[in-house]
Amino acid sequence: MDQPNKPAANESKQRSVGDKNPRRRHRPRPAPFQMRVSTKFAPRRSADGKPLGCTTETSLKPEQMLDLFRYLKLTRLVEERLVNLYRQTKVVGGVFRSLGQEATAVGSAYALAPQDFVTPLIRDLGAVLVKGIRPREIFAQYMAKAWGPSGGRDLNIHFGDIGKGFIGPISHLGDMIPVMTGVLLAARMQKKRTVAIAYIGDGGMSTGAFHEGLNFAAVQRLPLIVIAEYNHYAYSTPTNLQTSVRDLAEKAASYNIPAHIVDGNDVIACYEVTKRAADFARRSGGAVLIEAKTYRRKGHAEHDDQRYVPTGEIEWWEKNNDPVDRFERHLLEQKIASKDRLDEITAAVLREIEEDCAWAESSPMPDPEQAAYGVFDNTIVPPALRPEFLKN
Amino acid sequence: MATATKKEHKSARPERGGQATLVEAIRQGIWEEMERDPTVFVIGEDVGLYGGAFKVTDGLIDQFGKERVIDTPISEAAIVGAACGAGLMGMRAVAEFQFIDFISAGFDLLTNYAAKCRYRWGANIPAVFRGPCGSGVRSGPFHSLNAESFFLNTAGLKIVEPATAYDAKGLIKAAIRDPDPVLYFEHKKLYRLPRLREELPADDYIVEIGKARIAREGRDLSIITFGAMVLTALDAAEELEKEGLDVEVIDLRTLAPLDKASILASVKKTNRAIVLHEASRTGGIGGEIAATIAEEAFEWLDAPVLRVASIDTPVPYSPPLEDYYLPQTKDVLEAARKLAAY
Repeated sequence: MDQPNKPAANESKQRSVGDKNPRRRHRPRPAPFQMRVSTKFAPRRSADGKPLGCTTETSLKPEQMLDLFRYLKLTRLVEERLVNLYRQTKVVGGVFRSLGQEATAVGSAYALAPQDFVTPLIRDLGAVLVKGIRPREIFAQYMAKAWGPSGGRDLNIHFGDIGKGFIGPISHLGDMIPVMTGVLLAARMQKKRTVAIAYIGDGGMSTGAFHEGLNFAAVQRLPLIVIAEYNHYAYSTPTNLQTSVRDLAEKAASYNIPAHIVDGNDVIACYEVTKRAADFARRSGGAVLIEAKTYRRKGHAEHDDQRYVPTGEIEWWEKNNDPVDRFERHLLEQKIASKDRLDEITAAVLREIEEDCAWAESSPMPDPEQAAYGVFDNTIVPPALRPEFLKN
Repeated sequence: MATATKKEHKSARPERGGQATLVEAIRQGIWEEMERDPTVFVIGEDVGLYGGAFKVTDGLIDQFGKERVIDTPISEAAIVGAACGAGLMGMRAVAEFQFIDFISAGFDLLTNYAAKCRYRWGANIPAVFRGPCGSGVRSGPFHSLNAESFFLNTAGLKIVEPATAYDAKGLIKAAIRDPDPVLYFEHKKLYRLPRLREELPADDYIVEIGKARIAREGRDLSIITFGAMVLTALDAAEELEKEGLDVEVIDLRTLAPLDKASILASVKKTNRAIVLHEASRTGGIGGEIAATIAEEAFEWLDAPVLRVASIDTPVPYSPPLEDYYLPQTKDVLEAARKLAAY
């Protein structure tokens, strides 16, 4: 029950996909049904009302932990700057916060190797930053600028950088799970040992695409880690109206894949669980489901007044279970860093944000006619310019 | 012989060229592209061990293995999504829908992911989405669809549909080599039609996407069509010749992007046009073509453009119903006579 990474007894006899004669009728019997959900890093109540810290069971070196701290701060402060820009009407569309759940994205993405892929949701900016996307690209995207990675054609983190292992999401939840199966099938054909994380939420798991993608990944034994963020709300809909299970991890049973439940507000726990899942996936080529228990403290987007949230709930999480506070407390209590060192890191993050925001603001808006380009390869199909009779 | 084991079935590599039906031509094309380019792979339901519902991918799994010929669960979202994801990584999927009717289950990923990726962030998806379309084979409402008009209003998808074996092979090869997503519709009625059997060249050739073909030259009237309706149009043209009407038949081959130049050149020559297609009339490609002619060749027209298409119902099963639903040769004759007398 607590050893999700242990392959089932008859797994070693299962076919490998590269068998010489594809017509040989391998009919491996799947391992008998068992719940394989590890709760080793699941949320724990604090002892004696002591404030929550982070798990001490980790292979992370002090320098890596400071790196994690930097990414947590970077995520939170980039978002805070986005809110300012939004209020100044410089952000054209909405701003989507990950406030209170930054540790899930940062800790999990940090556990990947450089050649691995992530496909985040809108609330996983942290994973995008860990993958090496610079804040300037995010600012330019939100402000619909010409220098943004999509040149003003799409919003927020809806872009990608294949070289950095980042494939942005689309608005349609669940769709990226099937897309990631393709990334991993390709990697297998290209003989690369690539692992991928696809993020999903308690709401996105209600889609058909989620099921179709994870089912296919499990059948093909693709090294796909699905991180299901239980953040209590999908827009305004609470989780009990999305699903009848208590823990999203239970859904792994229907694909016969192992699962973990992790404290999504403990960045070290998120790292450790994902590291184990990535090692498992890379080793034996199988999908893993990780459920991260966390909480969305802001509304769906900045305009959302959260009237559907019971009084005091947000305040409780802010006071008692903030991922950045918890990690900072851990670093200080464990004497991994001094307060001064952490302040230095924060100051450097703020300088980077200042510089990148200025860069993005200095970008021009896109040339209107650019709207017509890039639907197809324009050396083959001409751009979709307005018709002649509308030109003047 | 209760203990006899079934002999292992293996399908031979297709010839390069030679006499081929439409289905053999597509199979040749996919096979040759997979030999030529190791990034090409096939994915779909029953495409591997079984060789596809219509045997388009027969034998590929023996030659290329199950890493490159992937049998999927009954899951169009997985098929389309996987083709897209692999495309981002530089692989070229040839994804099969068992029947084009089931493309509806992959619609979201096709229209929102495959079609928009290049536009949104410059990431092209070189994938082919193919499958049997078309009615007239008594298959009822869920195995008879012509899906082109669902996708015409989505920028970012190319759409092709061959009407000859030569074009079938040339277009599948062009689609596989194309840097953008291509929907490749195969009319199931044409797959094994003896009339379409022809000698294919042994050399490597492609048919360029975006170029229509003149299936029959004429001076008096243009019939603009594609797919199985090309045969209906040619049959009608034979009849009309006896009546002294010289009909030109344009086989579009590519539906998106539309070869407007060829359409307009033909209409400017004949001054009369019928648009003929199998899908329902309302919202069909015929309206788009008629509007293009009206906008850009109005002065050349001697008569209104007529659409001959199916009625606005689902495709019915029973032969008398389906025959009423579908445009018949006699319908084309009537429309042509009406235009000639205008």
